Amino acid sequence: MHKFIIALIALGTLLLSGAGTATDAAPLAADPALEKRVMALSEELRCLVCQNQTIAESNAGLAVDLKTQIREQLSAGKSDRDILDYMVARYGDFVLYRPPVKASTVLLWFGPFVLLAAALGFLVMHIRRRRVLLEAPAELTEAEHARAQRLLRDDNTTTDVPEQHR
Amino acid sequence: MIKARFLVPLLVFVLLLGLLGLGLKLNPREVPSPLIGKPAPQFELPLLEATPAAAPAAGKATKAAKAVSAQTRTFSNKDMLGKVWLVNVWASWCVACRDEHPLLVEFAKTASVPILGLNYKDEREDGLRWLAKFGNPYTFSVYDKDGRLGIDYGVYGVPETFVVDKQGIIRYKQIGVLTPEILQKKIIPLLKELGANA
Repeated sequence: MHKFIIALIALGTLLLSGAGTATDAAPLAADPALEKRVMALSEELRCLVCQNQTIAESNAGLAVDLKTQIREQLSAGKSDRDILDYMVARYGDFVLYRPPVKASTVLLWFGPFVLLAAALGFLVMHIRRRRVLLEAPAELTEAEHARAQRLLRDDNTTTDVPEQHR
Repeated sequence: MIKARFLVPLLVFVLLLGLLGLGLKLNPREVPSPLIGKPAPQFELPLLEATPAAAPAAGKATKAAKAVSAQTRTFSNKDMLGKVWLVNVWASWCVACRDEHPLLVEFAKTASVPILGLNYKDEREDGLRWLAKFGNPYTFSVYDKDGRLGIDYGVYGVPETFVVDKQGIIRYKQIGVLTPEILQKKIIPLLKELGANA
């Protein structure tokens, strides 16, 4: 019995919450295929009000308006390209989540690869230099050899360090 | 003695700090408009003051209709040609608009240019009440209920202000609140340069 009541309450809340959001939802196109295209295009476009969201994700007034625009233009037979051009003409390349490759975006597109290449180059250089050092025969000069002998003989007390108080 | 190579991380750090500091000063909300230097969007909208019944059906753009557009209570981009205009996007629900409003009212008293108010996604009564309360600096306010003209102007954050020249080309866009400094240093010199006094 208890379970039944809980289930009823849960169902009721579900229905109520559904009714609550229904008023806020953007008008949907009757045709699911068209709505799918609207969503696909919306995911390519940045919401300028909440800049890290696409207009598909955002419920900001402008995002809803722009989705309505996309819906209307698609119904009117415009192509995806036409609509993206329409948005760029008004809001600039910033509105695109995948900005075009051109002079002003070269650094954006290729900067990370340049950094990566530079870092790899540096790493390779560093490893090579280290290998040369490690592989070089550890030859001592005459003076070093003498000093090493002295150190060994004197049992860790060096003669070339001034006398210290113990 | 410190070897020079041990200073490299410090130098990299300082460089990074400099770049991050620069980043703090940039405003990502100010997206440069691609419309600068382009013709202002075409529109024909009812005036805010017009009652909906008085607004004529859109699409009647005959010469006669244009000539009497002031009487028929609509306003179009063609009515703007030949004069330099300040276009200010506002709404009664926009808190920041209230901040800049006194400045616009003050500017309108001495302004050499007409100011077009673009009442954006507002309720007509609210807009009119707002103007009655805070003063009306606008030569005309057009009523853009569904925000379509706003989209054509690339508006994404109210208030925004545009300067449109005599040929109907957008010459300047201010995103966000106008300040006396922006008005004095940027907009007024630009208006003079565009021959607003002539």
